[in-house]
Formats: sequence, C-alpha cells, structure tokens
Amino acid sequence: MPPAVRVRDLRKRYGALEALAGVSFDVEQGEVFGLLGPNGAGKTTTVEILEGYRARDGGEAEVLGHDPGRAERAFRERIGVVLQHSELWPQLTVREVVRVFAGYYRHPRGVDETVDLVGLAEKRGARVKTLSGGQKRRLDLAIALAGDPDVVFLDEPTTGFDPSARRTAWELIRSLRELGKTILLTTHYLDEAQQLADRVAVIVGGRIVELGTPAELIGASARAEIRYRSNGEQVVVETERPTAELHRLTGEALARGEELDGLEVRRPSLEDVYLELVDENDA
Amino acid sequence: MSLYAHELRAQQLSFWRSRESAIFVFVFPLLLYVLLGSVYGERIDGRPAGDVLLAGLLGYGCANTAFAGLAITLVLRRESGLLKRIRSTPLPAATYVGALLSSVLLTFAIQTVALLVLGNVLFDATWPERPASLTVAIVLGAAAFAGIGLGAAALIRSSEGASAVVNVILLPMAFLSGSFGPTRDFPDWLQAIADVLPLKHYLELVDGILLEGEAVWHDPGSVAVVVAWGLAGLLVAWRRFGWEPRER
Repeated sequence: MPPAVRVRDLRKRYGALEALAGVSFDVEQGEVFGLLGPNGAGKTTTVEILEGYRARDGGEAEVLGHDPGRAERAFRERIGVVLQHSELWPQLTVREVVRVFAGYYRHPRGVDETVDLVGLAEKRGARVKTLSGGQKRRLDLAIALAGDPDVVFLDEPTTGFDPSARRTAWELIRSLRELGKTILLTTHYLDEAQQLADRVAVIVGGRIVELGTPAELIGASARAEIRYRSNGEQVVVETERPTAELHRLTGEALARGEELDGLEVRRPSLEDVYLELVDENDA
Repeated sequence: MSLYAHELRAQQLSFWRSRESAIFVFVFPLLLYVLLGSVYGERIDGRPAGDVLLAGLLGYGCANTAFAGLAITLVLRRESGLLKRIRSTPLPAATYVGALLSSVLLTFAIQTVALLVLGNVLFDATWPERPASLTVAIVLGAAAFAGIGLGAAALIRSSEGASAVVNVILLPMAFLSGSFGPTRDFPDWLQAIADVLPLKHYLELVDGILLEGEAVWHDPGSVAVVVAWGLAGLLVAWRRFGWEPRER
C-alpha cells in the first residue's frame, strides 16, 4: 500500500524566515501520525501545505496520490480539515452546519451519523453560538468528517481545552482510527502525541529532529537516572549502563550496611527526550 | 448546478437566521421609508412624495444590501476563518462567489417588492409602468454595488472596523445622492461630489423609470457610471481579496 501522505525535503520560506528547511516523512494509510514541536517550529506550515493552502518553495508533497499544491477538487473530496482557528455560522444549528458541509461533497457521510459520531447528538438542534468551546471543536471535527474523507488533518485539536475535554477529544480521535482514517495531527502537547500517535515526528526550527513510535523515541535515549539520598543530600547519577551502575551502588551500600534512602531508577519520559531535543536544536 | 443551489440555500439560511443582518440589511430601508414618508408632505418639488422616496430608498436599499451588507458579511466570514475553512472543501470558489452574489440579488429583489408594496399601501405610490426596465436596473445596480462591496471587503482589514468603515461611506453617499430627500438646494461643491458617486447615478436611473416612465437605457451616461464603479470594485477585489484572516 502506498503511503497516504508522502513528504520529501519540503521547504518553505517567509521572507527571511526559513519556516521549513527540508522536512521528510511518510504517513501510512490508517496511521495516526503526530507532528510534535514547540510554537513556530513549522507544524502548521507543513500541514497547510498538505491541505493545499500554501504553496511550497521546494521538495515534494503527495496526499493520496495528489499534489496538494494543485488543490484539485478530487483531492479536496478526500481530505478533512480541522483548522487551528475557525468559527462557523453562530446562528445555525449543529445539524444545519453539518448539512451545509456535507452538501459540498459527492459522497458525504450521513448528517445525523456524523453528529452522533462526534458526540453532539444531544446538541443537534442547538445554535452554534450556544455551544461550549469543546463542543465547538467537536463540531469542527464533525464538518471535517462530513465528506467521509480518507485523510484527516487536525491542527492542534485540543489547544485551550481543560483536561476532561481533552480526554474526550482523545477518545474521539481514537474512534476515527477505528474508522480506518489516516490522521495527521499537530500538537505541542507531549502527552497528546504519546496518547494518540502511532508515530511521532519531533519538529524544531523547520527540521525533523527525531521520528519514531513514542516507545522508540524514549528508547532512543539510553540514558537513565539513579536517584537516592545520602546524608540528607539528593544524589543523581546519570548513566547509560544503569544495570551495572546500580549493581555497583547497591553493592557498596550493602558492604557498608547502609540503606539507600529513596532509591529510584528513572528512564527518561518522552517529555525529557522531547525537551532535550528542543534544547539541542533550538539554539 | 445542484452545488450552486445548495450554496445559495446556505447563504440565504445564514442571512435570514442572523437577526443583525436581517434587520440592518432588510428592515432598515423599509423603516426609513415609513419614517421619511411620514415627515414629508404629499409632494416633493411638485412630484408625488411617495414615488420620489420610493426611488430614493430603492437606491439606498440597493447600496445597503449589496455594498454594505455584503462587505460586512464577507469580512466577518473571512476573519472568523469560515472562508478559509470552506476553501478546503470541494466547493469551487466561483460557485461560492456566484451563490453569494445571487443571494444578495435575491434579498434585494424581495426588498424591492416589499418597498413597492409598502409605498403602494401607505403612500399612494404608483406601480412601476416599466417593470422590465426596473428589473434590469435592479439587477444592474445590485451587481455594481456588489462589485464595490467585494472591493471594500478586500480592503477592510478587521471585522471590528468593517461596520464602521462601510457606514461612513454608505450614509453620506446616500444623503448626498438624494436617497432621503431632494438635494437641489445643496451647495455646489456637495453636488459636485455627489455627481461622481454611483448611487447618485443609480438613483437617476430608478427615478427616471419610476417617475418619468423612462426606459433604463434612456440615460446611458448614468448606466456607464454605475457599471464603471462596479468594475472598479471587482478589479480591486480581484487583485486584493484573500480567503484567509488578515489579523493573526
């Protein structure tokens, strides 16, 4: 199966700012792919090139066999888009909004089915202006799904959400994967990438600095930390060979008949790895 | 075709559902007609007041609906990201713009009928002798003012400023052009300004059709000025209009 999204050496410049300095990745069909990075890293630029909003300055981009730069109608029939910021007609009801968008596509998903899918069944007849922020975001997702797309682009789908709304949104995005959709999402939240994405590309300063499954990203760093307290002082030992180091430390303590207070061995979390990557590359 | 009909329906739905736009665009000219019709006497400059004001408000209504209403709506939709969002659907841009303009024309056509009925019932206004010419004038005027509206939307940067900018243009223009009463006694320099405004010329067309029973082509000079303004607006829109929010 060819990849749903194929990007090679993608480049984009805004005046003096090099927003993308050669980005390459594939998103396989049915995969949830996360673009993770700090603000201004080039996430939105990448996604907006793939959605057909921006022209690229160099490199190749392909979505479902289409060149998004041409933004043909056949291409737009097959993608769904959730923008970072967008508002819909405040006076229309949820159902009316979804019906308007469904009408733009040749083979739309059923209107009520779409509304139910995003969990707005009870709000079907409610005006958009009466919805909460989280409900509006779900409506954004509903209109992205209205045309029954094969690839869905989600640009920071949960920015500004409270924790419980984020969890609900995550459930929703997982249910999209079960529908067989290919999903490309951007986020600056690590836990979001870790929770949702099959693979994550960490992008900093317009370059991909790491790419792999969340587990691979953590595993990419062999480093571990051994922490304990000695005479009331916190001791932190960083090592790439935690087994041997731990053996040595505990052996010495045993020989002295001591207990190592608060002993713990920590593998770096994705967050540690991520922050390290950002620091290294953002200089 | 069905996509166009679908979008036209969506445009009309969002227009009528929004109380602000429905009142500002649709009800306001009718209200002004009732007010002005009540303060002027039976005749204005020896002509029946009901007919003179009807022509004036058909002009104001046209500029209000097609220029002001369209420009404000488009800026709001652009700045809210709605236009950008719609760009990524299969709906062709031309279909969107076509349906938007048709929606404006439809709204103004309904308003025209409402003004005619109102004038007939309240102010003894006569039914137009030349309905075909009036129809042509209305389509021409709505198209021209919509062109100017598109151009204005392209130049206005923020949704906060849209309504202010548009009204600062619309109200003086309507006043100078004679929408609200005769301008014969205005100082020369004000009349000179009015002479280059599209509304003045559009009003001359409508006035000629309604009050003198003239055909729309009786005054080709005025037709030319109206068309020229519409084309100028379109040219600005063509060069400057964007689908994405300006702010941010």
